[in-house]
Amino acid sequence: MTDYDIIIIGAGPAGMSAASVAANGGLDVLLLDEQPDAGGQVYRNIKQNETEQNWFGNDYSSGKHLVNAINCNKITKYFNATVWRVEKNKRVIWSHNGESKISAASHIVLATGAQERPFPFPGWTLPGVMTVGSAQILMKSSGIFPKEAVLVGSGPLLYLVATQMIDANCPPKALLETQTLRMMMNSLIHLPKALLNMKSLIKGFMFIQKIKSAGVPRYKSVSRLKAQSSENGSIKFLFLHKGIRRSLTTKLLLIHQGVIPSTEISRSIGVDHSWNKSQLAFQPIIDKWGKTNIDGIYIAGDCAGINGSNAAVLYGKKVATKILYETGKVSFYFYTKQSLCIRTRLFFTNSVRLFLDTIFAVPQEILLPSDETIVCRCEEKTVGEVKLGLNEGICGVRQLKTSIRSGMGLCQGRMCDATIRSIMLHNTSQDDKTILAPKARSPLKPITLGEMSKIKKD
Amino acid sequence: MKPDSKFDTLVKNTKDVNFTLFGEVVTAPKGSTLAAVILSHSGDTFRQTETGALRSAFCMMGVCFECLVEVNGNQNTQSCMILIEDKMVVKRQVGLRQIEICEND
Amino acid sequence: MTDNQPEITIIGGGVVGLSIAVGLLQSGHKVIVLDGKDNDARASYGNFGLIWGQGKGWDFPPYAKLTTDAIDAWQNFSDNLNELSGLDVSLDQKGGFEFFTDPEEFKSFIGMLEIQRAHAGNRFSYESLSGDELRKQIPGIGTKVVGATFSQLDGHVNPLRFLRALRRSVQVLGGKIRSNTVVKKAKSNKNGSFSLTLANGKVIRSEKVILCAGLGTTKLANQLAFKTNIRPEKGELLITEKLGNKLPFLSSTIRQVDEGGVQIGGTNADAGMNESETLSDMVDLARHAVEVYPALSNVRVLRAWGALRIITPDGFPVYAQSEEYPGAYLITCHSGVTLASLHASILPDWIDNNIKAPNLEAFNEARF
Repeated sequence: MTDYDIIIIGAGPAGMSAASVAANGGLDVLLLDEQPDAGGQVYRNIKQNETEQNWFGNDYSSGKHLVNAINCNKITKYFNATVWRVEKNKRVIWSHNGESKISAASHIVLATGAQERPFPFPGWTLPGVMTVGSAQILMKSSGIFPKEAVLVGSGPLLYLVATQMIDANCPPKALLETQTLRMMMNSLIHLPKALLNMKSLIKGFMFIQKIKSAGVPRYKSVSRLKAQSSENGSIKFLFLHKGIRRSLTTKLLLIHQGVIPSTEISRSIGVDHSWNKSQLAFQPIIDKWGKTNIDGIYIAGDCAGINGSNAAVLYGKKVATKILYETGKVSFYFYTKQSLCIRTRLFFTNSVRLFLDTIFAVPQEILLPSDETIVCRCEEKTVGEVKLGLNEGICGVRQLKTSIRSGMGLCQGRMCDATIRSIMLHNTSQDDKTILAPKARSPLKPITLGEMSKIKKD
Repeated sequence: MKPDSKFDTLVKNTKDVNFTLFGEVVTAPKGSTLAAVILSHSGDTFRQTETGALRSAFCMMGVCFECLVEVNGNQNTQSCMILIEDKMVVKRQVGLRQIEICEND
Repeated sequence: MTDNQPEITIIGGGVVGLSIAVGLLQSGHKVIVLDGKDNDARASYGNFGLIWGQGKGWDFPPYAKLTTDAIDAWQNFSDNLNELSGLDVSLDQKGGFEFFTDPEEFKSFIGMLEIQRAHAGNRFSYESLSGDELRKQIPGIGTKVVGATFSQLDGHVNPLRFLRALRRSVQVLGGKIRSNTVVKKAKSNKNGSFSLTLANGKVIRSEKVILCAGLGTTKLANQLAFKTNIRPEKGELLITEKLGNKLPFLSSTIRQVDEGGVQIGGTNADAGMNESETLSDMVDLARHAVEVYPALSNVRVLRAWGALRIITPDGFPVYAQSEEYPGAYLITCHSGVTLASLHASILPDWIDNNIKAPNLEAFNEARF
């Protein structure tokens, strides 16, 4: 007995796109998102920001039509809805207003997007250090802007948020880029293909021009990063630049090293995952339609591999079209025509990916932080403690976790799995093939005993 | 003397909510997440860890579990995932959460 | 490893294997421990850390005696591990409860404890309390609890730190632990030693072999002429966020780890080798916790998981020496934490068959 035809988890670009295509094709959709409204991270709060869109650029405004498209009576939407368990038999257990519900469908689409890649360095847990993405969320959702911020790291979002801050008249105090000349050289080989997505390259170029024109000081190839607390809650940030040790004091330090897929749900169901060597992240194994090794479970968007919001919209469309075909709602002709169209657009959209992954590669210093660096923020465990644990006759992430408690806190490894993996890779005889994706278990987000006890388990 | 907020509030909303934040009655726009209001109100930290380390909001999207505060008696609540409501009582989360252990009379 | 070097190879690096390793190393033997893969069944990671006596062996006196001896030996064992590893396993032996919400179950369990007491003389005693008496002693216990039994000897230890302390102790004593090392075949050689073929094709020769690989034991056991069949029984557990205050009781289904999180467990199911958590058991465990101590209602569960217990045909330990191949031993039990203190002390004497060797006849395979 299923309540819906499709349950879509995540109302970002992929989820909204899949929901509207599925609903237009005649399927009953349940759309769940843990945020207060649709949009995901990239189109955060877009409905409310009707008038204030100048700061956020054209890309942001284009999200409006997606949000409008999910206002349809075939789509049942719940926000502030936290999915905490998904079963192989396609039941979804989710919490809303302190009550947990069970919903079943014949198809489940995971569209949970991405999270920021953990960017550890000594002092990264200090108050005043936040992610670049968080600053963007604050600007979009709450209309609050950093008084004084230094941005550090690498990746398109770093430049995007810098320009958004410039447009809002609160330009960054400085931009510290971990990107090295070598990364730029390594990326040249991928440039020809990237030219197929010229729009994306031009956009990036324009961001950098804007930052230059605004006179924001840029420090390139920075390394040996370290944050210390300073007076009045400020951060003193130390770094190496052109062989000289420098420091900058700032109220807010905004950090970013790209994004990685959110794979908690896919790992917990038992979907197979593989290690993406160029993105340095685990991603679920899917076919070109988004189908996984588990019947009825599909994945679309950045949670299957980082390709950005435009690609996410296309992947969402693709998954929904496939499901419409499988349920007999569309003809073979329609299905093949749509597939071809989507595949072609995806080809061009994704052509820039390898170039971006290489030119904004993760510096070694982040993959192997110094011993004093906290790696597990929740349990306050350092890299040094991890290494000590590794010397005690254990061979895997699970044993390490049970030995030193890294990954056992509230975030259940979201902030430390990635770094622990790279430390293991470097300090043991394990390699990319033998280090498996960590097991994720329900509840995927903490749920009270009281709420759990009240579930009617028919 | 609480530290100044590290943020400027540029967008004003007309509908306001009144609630108690860290012992003070504050007014903030309806529809704001609690974490955003805490950040815009002052430079106060959100919590202290088990070992006494000071922490504040980090990711603003529910992934890092740093923005934990006590809301209406519920400790360890992620403030970036809830919206402010009238008459809410918000306190800092100091150390591990506690439960009510009934004492012997 | 080199040929014909006198040594004992322990197959299985969980609580049982490592405890035996500590004991053998301390009596002067050369020991290596071969441990499986990170994602093998590994019952030792699902355990509750209980050092528990009440209800054990009420229907099999040798087990009741063994358990009582083990409980007595734990303080020394803990001190020993602390000295060797530098780690304090947080041994707490201040007594434990069994809580009941079903009057029939309560009555029936008291019956079992009476029999256990009769067997054990003055070495085992217990108290039974009605729900109201319990609530006077521990205010905050839920109204649905109709009664409880309490045994002064029961206790617990931090199970994961215990494992870590064992590993370190083995290393400090000069033993070697080889992880990610699966034994595919075990064969006896003409001179009484054994050849163990690993998954990677290499062969280890060892004078004696001790099989305690939990659910990985059966295949190798058959190769060495053992008869015991081990089956998995799934238990599910919940762990909550860490609490800053102490829960005022220890029970076999609800215990607070010394770091602060509350562990809730006690289900059993036949699920083959599937150790996934199920919604049904999660809900049952949550209900149980909230019924026993309602103040736990708004405490958050961080994780639920399943673990596979090691169950012998009658549920009691097996300490067996192969009749056909005298240098091979099979040791398996599901109370690996409680019995660890004996595994590290009297079991080496049994293996050496010296003057101090305990009589473990009741636990050999002949009873199946």
